[in-house]
Amino acid sequence: MSRAVGVVGVRLWHRARLAARAYTILPKPQQKEQRCLTTTPGVWHGDYEWQDPKSEEEVVNITYVDRNDNKIQVRGKIGDNVMYLAHRYNIELEGACEASLACSTCHVYVDNEYTDCLDEPLEEEEDMLDLAVFLKDNSRLGCQIILTKELDGMTLTLPSATRNFYVDGHVPKPH
Amino acid sequence: MLGASRRLAAQGSVLAHAACLSTVPRVCVVGSGPAGFYTAQQILKSHATAQVDMYEKLPTPFGLVRYGVAPDHPEVKNCINTFTQTASQDRFTFLGNVEVGRDVTLDHLREAYHAIVLAYGAAEDRTLGIPGESLANVLSARRFVGWYNGLPDDASISVDLNTDSAVVVGQGNVAIDVARILLTPIDILKKTDIPESVLASLAQSRVKRVTLVGRRGPQHVAFTIKELREMVNLAGCRPSLQPSDYQHLRKLIPDLPRPRKRLLELLAKTALDEPNPKLGAAYASAERQWSLQFLGSPVEVLASGGHMVSGLKLAKNRLEGKEGQQRAVATEETETLECGLVLRSVGYRGHALNAALPFDSHTATIANMEGRVTGHPGLYVSGWIATGPVGVILSTMTSGFNTGKAVVADIKAAAIDMDQHKEGKSAIGRVLAEKGVEVVSFKQWLQLDQYEMAAGARLGKPREKVTTLRRMMELSL
Repeated sequence: MSRAVGVVGVRLWHRARLAARAYTILPKPQQKEQRCLTTTPGVWHGDYEWQDPKSEEEVVNITYVDRNDNKIQVRGKIGDNVMYLAHRYNIELEGACEASLACSTCHVYVDNEYTDCLDEPLEEEEDMLDLAVFLKDNSRLGCQIILTKELDGMTLTLPSATRNFYVDGHVPKPH
Repeated sequence: MLGASRRLAAQGSVLAHAACLSTVPRVCVVGSGPAGFYTAQQILKSHATAQVDMYEKLPTPFGLVRYGVAPDHPEVKNCINTFTQTASQDRFTFLGNVEVGRDVTLDHLREAYHAIVLAYGAAEDRTLGIPGESLANVLSARRFVGWYNGLPDDASISVDLNTDSAVVVGQGNVAIDVARILLTPIDILKKTDIPESVLASLAQSRVKRVTLVGRRGPQHVAFTIKELREMVNLAGCRPSLQPSDYQHLRKLIPDLPRPRKRLLELLAKTALDEPNPKLGAAYASAERQWSLQFLGSPVEVLASGGHMVSGLKLAKNRLEGKEGQQRAVATEETETLECGLVLRSVGYRGHALNAALPFDSHTATIANMEGRVTGHPGLYVSGWIATGPVGVILSTMTSGFNTGKAVVADIKAAAIDMDQHKEGKSAIGRVLAEKGVEVVSFKQWLQLDQYEMAAGARLGKPREKVTTLRRMMELSL
């Protein structure tokens, strides 16, 4: 109950902040530890993924493979953003820019048989993928993948992040 | 119900720690930029009792996210939300307005903490070392960025924009950022958090042309595709690229890895192909322009009237070596670009906090393995002081996480001396009190944050930064 009240309060507060086009926030309410708040105008990211599916028809089962090769099965639902869904289940998939296509911290590999079920990446997503480490043909940004029924059974693999140079080994040198 | 499994897991690890560890691990982080915050986040997440204290020279947190990321890229600053969550955890303390090396020494910290993470970045910049570099309108891009971002040290530098041409030495993302800020219509900039005083200067700017100079060729540019695309589509501005510089690119492109391929294809397309009708129309009416000058190394900043910058003299270079490993070699030939402003954007440099640290002056980093400072158990580095000043937020995040994991692994394996009780911030607090240093807490920063946002709202922008230390302290305390 208290959580619901908190969320409504935060939403109102959030809207007020949007009017000021703010991007810094106060500490989040206690009920939502480890959650990402955001202020990308018009969207309240991440809340939806914390709601359980209301019916079996809504359920989309997917599997994450984390950076240590652990398989984590998750019961998602239609409409879930897989980056925020990963946050809910404490899977190490960051989202530094909060789904605003300004970083590549939520880079994942998509099962080849499911890549065609996804929308084509936007140019902005492609540009950010160019900065991802260990880029492959099936690389996508997690924040751009929204679950549909067709994606039931999909596996998303997190790249092992051990190096931080450019994909092509290019290291910009000062002049 | 939500997150129940996570809570159970967390409780499990608390019990495990209570059983095997009686000492509370005390860790401090020096610097509050993304490297510091991502390291702290990792430590707090993977250790159930560790206390993390973060020391910051300025009264404000977030380092280059606040003072380096371009004001027209607010979405990149969204990571501040995650950092603010980290800062609101009970086991985390922010101590702003404390300069390590001045207010407290590294020895004080070693006495008070089990582990110390240096995450203070790369605060210096490389210079060109050429005659005329000390003229008034020759600035480092670092200071120019500090100026338009309201960094207290740079807020009052004098930048003379009463010239129609500016030259930026360098072809990386910082070079592009400063060029874009110089060329973006003022009405767009007014909606960013650029301080009002800087907006007033930019509104008076006569700069119509910005040239970015690189030592090598178009295939060697260091900027990334998002930044290039923004320049291609910049309102009121058109590219002025010499087609002959780019014709060879299309032969190279097919064999390159994807990121390079896409970047150079966009560059070649912009230089060689007709723009689409919409872009073509925009270019036709554009009053400003940007260009790229290749194969040039600055040899002298020229002056007229004794002290006014009038141009930059370049040595023309040729490339030597195999494709992919080419380097620039200066020829006898020179060329002069006329300009009234020179911005030097040839890279940042880290510095050693303490002479005892294994500092590599060539790479300007502190020698380390996975974040562990070589030969100094209990001492760690993270971010640019560990890796060199290269890369995007992802690279800094990866470095921060890796260092955080190393710290926790060493605490758990007792690879650092955990037998001793350490006092942490209370011991440092005594040192600071003795010196009369006023510490700014995170809560006090949030007060300043609120003030800045309210001031910004009145001006129709996300925030109006307070740019003097004195005023920052007044509003925080």
